[in-house]
Amino acid sequence: MTAAPLLTVRNLQAWYGRAHILMGVDLQVDRGEVVALMGRNGAGKTTTMKAVMGLLDARAGSVTFDGRDVSALPPHRIARHGLGYVPEDRRVFTDLTVEENLEVGRQPPRPGAPAWTPERLYALFPNLAEMRGRRGGRMSGGEQQMLTLARTLMGNPSLVLLDEPSEGLAPRIVQQMAEAVRTLKAEGLSILLSEQNLSFAGAVADRACVIEKGRIRFDGPMRTLLDDEDARRAYLAV
Amino acid sequence: MSFYLVQFLSGLATAATLFLVSSGLTIVFGVTRIVNFAHGSFYMLGAYIGWSLIERWGTTPMGFWGGVALASLAVGLLGALMEVGLLRRLYRSPELFQLLATFGVVLIVQDVASAAWGAEDLLGRRAPGLKGSVDILDQPFPLYDLVLIGLGPVVLGLLWLLFNRTRWGTLVRAATQDREMASALGVDPARLFTGVLFLGSALAGLGGALQVPREAVTLHMDMAIVVEAFVVVVVGGMGSLTGAFVASLLIGQLQAFGILIFPQITLVLVFLFMAVVLVLRPYGLLGRAEDAPPTAASTGPPLVLASGLGRWAPALLLAALALVPLVAGDYTLIVLTEVIILALVAASLHLLIGLGGLVSFGHAAYFGLGAYGAALAVKHLAAPMPLALAAAPLLAGAGALLAGWFCVRRSGLYFAMLTLAFAQIAWSVVFQWYGVTGGDNGILGVWPPGWASGKAAYYWLTLALAGGTLLLLRRAAFAPFGYTLRAGRDSALRAEAVGIDVRRHQWLAFALAGASAGLAGGLYAFSKGSVFPTLMAVPVSVDALVMVLMGGIQTLSGPVVGAAVFHLLETQAMSLTDWWRLGLGLVIVLLVLVFPKGIAGFARDLWLRRVDR
Amino acid sequence: MSLLVVENLQRAFGGVKAVRGVSFALAAGEVLALIGPNGAGKSTCFNLLNGQLRPDAGTVRLDGVDLVGLPPRRIWRLGVGRTFQITATFASMTVAENVQMVFLSRAHRLLGLWTPAAGAFRDEALALLDRVGMAAQADRPCGVLAYGDLKRVELAMALAGDPKILLMDEPTAGMAPGERQDLMALTSSLVRERGLAVLFTEHDMDVVFGHATRIIVLDRGQLIAEGPPDAVRADPRVQAVYLGSPA
Repeated sequence: MTAAPLLTVRNLQAWYGRAHILMGVDLQVDRGEVVALMGRNGAGKTTTMKAVMGLLDARAGSVTFDGRDVSALPPHRIARHGLGYVPEDRRVFTDLTVEENLEVGRQPPRPGAPAWTPERLYALFPNLAEMRGRRGGRMSGGEQQMLTLARTLMGNPSLVLLDEPSEGLAPRIVQQMAEAVRTLKAEGLSILLSEQNLSFAGAVADRACVIEKGRIRFDGPMRTLLDDEDARRAYLAV
Repeated sequence: MSFYLVQFLSGLATAATLFLVSSGLTIVFGVTRIVNFAHGSFYMLGAYIGWSLIERWGTTPMGFWGGVALASLAVGLLGALMEVGLLRRLYRSPELFQLLATFGVVLIVQDVASAAWGAEDLLGRRAPGLKGSVDILDQPFPLYDLVLIGLGPVVLGLLWLLFNRTRWGTLVRAATQDREMASALGVDPARLFTGVLFLGSALAGLGGALQVPREAVTLHMDMAIVVEAFVVVVVGGMGSLTGAFVASLLIGQLQAFGILIFPQITLVLVFLFMAVVLVLRPYGLLGRAEDAPPTAASTGPPLVLASGLGRWAPALLLAALALVPLVAGDYTLIVLTEVIILALVAASLHLLIGLGGLVSFGHAAYFGLGAYGAALAVKHLAAPMPLALAAAPLLAGAGALLAGWFCVRRSGLYFAMLTLAFAQIAWSVVFQWYGVTGGDNGILGVWPPGWASGKAAYYWLTLALAGGTLLLLRRAAFAPFGYTLRAGRDSALRAEAVGIDVRRHQWLAFALAGASAGLAGGLYAFSKGSVFPTLMAVPVSVDALVMVLMGGIQTLSGPVVGAAVFHLLETQAMSLTDWWRLGLGLVIVLLVLVFPKGIAGFARDLWLRRVDR
Repeated sequence: MSLLVVENLQRAFGGVKAVRGVSFALAAGEVLALIGPNGAGKSTCFNLLNGQLRPDAGTVRLDGVDLVGLPPRRIWRLGVGRTFQITATFASMTVAENVQMVFLSRAHRLLGLWTPAAGAFRDEALALLDRVGMAAQADRPCGVLAYGDLKRVELAMALAGDPKILLMDEPTAGMAPGERQDLMALTSSLVRERGLAVLFTEHDMDVVFGHATRIIVLDRGQLIAEGPPDAVRADPRVQAVYLGSPA
C-alpha cells in the first residue's frame, strides 16, 4: 500500500487584516521528503507556513497532518502532534541560555520520528556545544539560526516547517545550513522549507512547489524546475 | 544612633511587604504584559480574608500562619479565575483595554469587599508568639517586623529558584519574551498564564494578609499599594525580580528617613525619587532596554476625514447642543456642561494616546492645574472670570511644558509612570502648600459673574470655549501636526530619518494637551464654584483614561462618546444605587469583552463593513 | 570630486571594537557596495554615517561639512537619505501620505494645526510614486503592503528628501531575485537621472556584482579590499573571508 502523505494542505486561505494573501494553496509532503516552497517575496510563503502552524487567526481550508485534521487547532496543539516550526526571523529567546532555549522546545519522544537530545544536537551543530551557557541575545545571526532549528528539533517533530533558512546569512553559513538539512533528511525527518535562493533549494530539496499570488503554480521534482529555464523565468524570474 | 537603627529596621519591614506585592506585579507584567491595576485589590482582599481567618483561628501560631497561607492561596485562586474568565479573552486586545478591564475589576472588588466586610476600618489580631518587641540598643522594636524583614530575602530566593531552576520557570521566561514562538514550540500559553496570575496574586494576597497585625484593614488599601508597587516595579526595572527587591529596600528607607528629614514634602518624596531614577536610568535600576514594554497604543488603520454628511457631523452636533437650553431644565444643563468639559479632557488625552501613542497616567494634573490656575487668579488677584479662564490653560500649559520635557524622554510604560509621578507631585504641592492653595480645604467662592451665572448662559459659554477647542483638536489631528505625531508613533526611526524631531513634537503635543485639559479645569472650577486637591488625584486620571478607552482610541469621536457615556453612567448609577462601583465595574468589563475596539471603533467598523458591500 | 569623505572611523561597544579605522570616499554618480561577513561591522558603519551612533573617533564629511555629532534628522537635512534593512514606514498612513510627510518636513510645515495634511504636496508625492512604480497603490495603507512594495515606498520617501547621498541597508533583503534586480536597476537609473551617490550593503552577490560600480569589503571592523567588482571578486583575501572559493 502507498502511505498517506504526512502533510496535506487543501484550499488553504489566509488574510492579513483585510488583505487576502492565500487564495487556496494546495500542497503535500510525503514521509521523508524535503519539499521547497519557492516564490517571490510577498507571494505567500511565510503566510503559508504560519497558517499551517495555526499562527494566523484568519484562515480557512483544511490541513491534515499525520492523519489528523489540525486546521482548527491552536499552535501548541499542532506542535504537540509533531509539527515543528522554524520562523524566518529566528526568534531565539534572547534572555535564555542555549541550554534553556533547547529546554523550551523539549517534548516527549514520538514514534516514527527521529528522537533528539541536547547531546545529539550539539553533535550536529558543534558551534552550539561551545556556547551552552551563552544567552541567545549574545549570538551571531548564523548561530541563532542553528539554535532555532535545534530548539524545534527538541520537540522530536516528524515534519519541520523551515522558513527561509538561508535568509540574511553569509555564504559560508548557508553551506553549513544546507549540510544540516541533508543530515536531517538522512535521519528520516520530513521538511517543508521556503526559499528564494534557488541554489540552496536545489541542493537540498526533492520537490519544489512554486507559489505566486497566493496560489501554487508549479509542483514537481526539483530537477524539473532546475532544468526548465522557462518555468524558472516565469515563476522565479531567474 | 539606636534611634536611627530602629528607623532603618522599620524601613526594612516596610520594604518586605512592598517587595511581596511588587514582585507579584512585576511577574504578572513580565509574562502577560498586562498592567494589572487589580493587583492592589488582591492585596486588599488578602488583608480582608486574612483578617477573617485570623479572627477565627489566629489565637495559636498554627492558626495564624495557616490563616495567612490560606488567605494567600485564596487570593491566588481569585487571580487565576480572573485570568481564565477575563484576561484570557483580551490577550489580543490593545494593552490599554487590558488595563481598562483590570480597572473594572478594581471597582467590582471595592464594592464586594465593602458588602462583605463593611466600610469600617478593621483592626486585626496580633500574631501569637510575636506580640512583644525586642530591645535593639535599648530601643524597642516589634518582633513581628523582624520576621517580616527575614521573609523578603527568603521569598526572593524561592522565586529565583522557581524561575531559574525549574522547567516551569524556563517556560515562563520564554513566554515572557515571545508568547507566539513559545506556543509554536508546544507550550500552552493559556495554562502558563493562569499559573503566573495565581503566583502573582498569591504574593499580593500574602503581602496583604501579613499586614493584618500591623495596620488597619481598609477599603483604601488597594489604590495606595498599587501605585506604590508600580513605583517599585518601575524603579527596579520592569520584569526584574532583583530590581524590585532593591527598589523596595530603597523606597522603604526613603519612607523611614524621609519623614525625619523632609516632613513637609513626604508625599512627593517617593515620586521625586522615581522621576530622578528614570531620568538617570531610563529602564530602571536593573531593567534592560529589550524588556521595556512597547508603546501601548497599537497602530490603527488610517484616519479618514469623513466625506458627505459625516463631514458635517461635529458642526451639526455643536448646533444641536446649542439648542438644548431652549428645551431642557437646569439639571440637564448642569450634567451636559460637565459632559462637555469632560469631553475636552478626554479629547486632549486622546491627542496623546491615540495620535502620539503616549499613554499618560497623570492627565488629571493639568485638569487640576487649570482649575487651580483659575481659582488662584480669583482668590489672590481678584481676577475677573475671563482673565481667570485665560489663566487656566496658561498655568496648565506651563506645567505640561515643564513635566513634558522630562516625560517625552521616555516611552511606553516608563512615560506613563513619569506622568503619574508628576501628577502626584503636583497633587502633593497643592495638598501641602496651605498658605497658597488652602490644602485640602480647597478654594471656595469661584463663581462666574452675573452675566454668566445662569445655567443656560454658563452652558453656552462652556459649549463655545470647550466646543471650539474640541474642533481645534480635531482639525489638528488631520493637519500636519497630528500626522507628525502619528509618524513618530508609527516609526520613530523613520521619522527621525526624514527630519522630524519626534521628541520635540511630542513635547509640544503634551503642552497642547495639557493646556486644553487646563481650559476644561478652569471651566469646571467656575461651574462648581470651588476647587479641591482631589481634582488632580489618581482616580481622576484613571477616569479620563477610562473615558478615552471606552470610546475607543482609533477614532477621533471616541473620547467624546466615551466621556458622555462614562459621565452619564456615573451620575445615573450614583443617584440610583449605593453599588454604583460594582455596576460601573461590570459595565466596563462587559464593554471590554464585547467591544474590544471601544464603542466608537465598533460603530465605525460596522459602518465600514456596510460601505464595503 | 568626492561628496562624502570618511576618515579613520572607529567605534567600540563595551570592549569590542566593531569598526576599527575605516576610511573611504564616495563621489556623485557612484553606486558603492559595502560587503562583508555577518558581524563585520557593516550596520555599525551605516549607523555611524547616518548619525544614529556617534563614532569614538574619525570624521565624516559631506561636501566639506562635518557630520559627526549631528542627530539623524540634521544629517538628513544636509542631504543624506536612507532606507532601512527592515522597512520603516508610517503604517497608519497611506502610501502617498508617507511621501507627503517627507515633503512637509522638508518645507518645515509640521506644526500646522489647521490646514488638512492630506492635500499638501500630493501631486509631488504622486509623481515620485509613479517613478518607483507605486502610483497605483498610492491610497492603500502602508500597513497592508507587500514587503517589496514597502521597499519602493521607502525609496520614494528617501527621494522626497532630495538627497545627495542615499544610504541603503540591505535594500533587497526579503525580496525575490527578479524583484531585486528591478529595484537595483531602478536605483541605478535614479543615480544617473539625479546625480546621486549610493552606498549600500547587501548579501546577494548577484545584486552586488550586477549593480555596484565599486565595492569595499569589511572584515572584523577593517577594510580589507576596495575596487571595481572584478578586482574584488578576484581578491584572494575577500574569497577567503567571505565569498568562498569559486565553484
